[in-house]
Amino acid sequence: MSDTSQARRARGQTHLWVVQRVTAMLLAVAVTVHLVTIIGAVRGGLSAGEILGRLQGHEGWLIFYVVFALAAGLHGAIGLRAIAAETIGLRGRAADITWLAAGLATAAFGIRAAIGLYA
Amino acid sequence: MDMRPRSHPTWIAFLVHRVSGLLLALFLPLHFWALGTAIQGEARLEGFIRWADNPLVKAAETILVVLLAAHLAGGLRVMALEFLGWRRRQKDMVAASAGLALLAGLLFLLNVV
Amino acid sequence: MAEAASLKVSVWRGGADGGFARYEVPARANQTVLDVVTHIQREIDPSLAYRFACRVGMCGSCAMTVNGRARWTCRTHVRKVVDADGALELRPLANLPVIRDLAADLAPFFDKWQRAKGSFQPKDAPDGAVPEEFAVVPPGSKARREADAGIECIGCAVCYASCDVVAWNPDYLGPAAMNRAWTLVNDVRDGARAERLEAVAGDAGCHSCHSTQSCTERCPKNLDPSSAIAGLKRTLFWDTLLGRR
Repeated sequence: MSDTSQARRARGQTHLWVVQRVTAMLLAVAVTVHLVTIIGAVRGGLSAGEILGRLQGHEGWLIFYVVFALAAGLHGAIGLRAIAAETIGLRGRAADITWLAAGLATAAFGIRAAIGLYA
Repeated sequence: MDMRPRSHPTWIAFLVHRVSGLLLALFLPLHFWALGTAIQGEARLEGFIRWADNPLVKAAETILVVLLAAHLAGGLRVMALEFLGWRRRQKDMVAASAGLALLAGLLFLLNVV
Repeated sequence: MAEAASLKVSVWRGGADGGFARYEVPARANQTVLDVVTHIQREIDPSLAYRFACRVGMCGSCAMTVNGRARWTCRTHVRKVVDADGALELRPLANLPVIRDLAADLAPFFDKWQRAKGSFQPKDAPDGAVPEEFAVVPPGSKARREADAGIECIGCAVCYASCDVVAWNPDYLGPAAMNRAWTLVNDVRDGARAERLEAVAGDAGCHSCHSTQSCTERCPKNLDPSSAIAGLKRTLFWDTLLGRR
């Protein structure tokens, strides 16, 4: 492998790490909000009406959950990438692209759910 | 794996972070898929929530809350080390993050029961 | 603690596919693990291969795996590592090829120092010549303190043998090489900052570190390679985000 392709790969890997940490910072806030919401919402029992009352038509919550889902999807996929590389030796460009696609697909499911709760 | 050299608090913290991260990452698509299916009308969502009243589901939810809080607190410790260079008192920080995770689980349990 | 009259020592013999041989060594006061190994070689089996030089914790050549942990043997007292039953298990350092018995091949370890661009590149004299004037580096400056924190490394490879990421990824540079890189990134006289940061980026470099801190936990010189790697990550994070590289 040539030095330049090695450098290019290292650059891509660095970018994945940067994405991992930027999403981690977003998630630090989002997960705190999520945990507080969960613990508050389960007090006295959950109900569909209560959840929809909180979320339906509220753009603020929609934006929050869209960002949350995107960050969580990417963060999880990049984390799984590291575990797969270190435990079963799954490495390389094709694997990286697959992990990114898996992360974005997961995020898309989450965004779909967030839109469903908003609409 | 020889655990003799792998018993210091920061190694245990790594293990907790990795296992919680793995389980949460596997749970995430399931969570999103279930939500996406349940939201086709208030009645479906209500049905899903009633199914989740099952004590087994509540126990699983408590575990998830602890995993999420543990991953959050452990992640904050790692980022404090990486971005702020907080190298001192790592053991205290590991203990504090464990305490935070258990506290979140306890609060959830107290509110849900 | 009750001390056994003799130590039951299991010593790795042979190459990677070798096995343990058992020896009985008299227990003595203030005995180091290196004393035990030397006793076996001089009094019991002269064919035992191991490595040492200074015996006072300066040269970094006597590190071995002692009861599962990488340690410098010349400054490890036996009573600190054995139980009352006097059992001692000695292996060559992990994560390195075994030459024979207790001697590991440190070539991959030092090759990675090279790959991490661990040699000083004077700014004023890029060809390696000695600059005309002494550089003034204020001892209290932040960069100087960061560099000072990692400068006492003796190259014993205890951190490298203790690192899980090295075991999982043979290309991973490891704690010592990156600790060295971080001291040079903070050396204001050095002119190879950009190339060095390039060399330690990515999966084979600082971005695979999971901060288990085994390196920091085991370093016999009480250095903190884990924080040095964190420093490299931090520097690369801002340089990448702000488009400085």
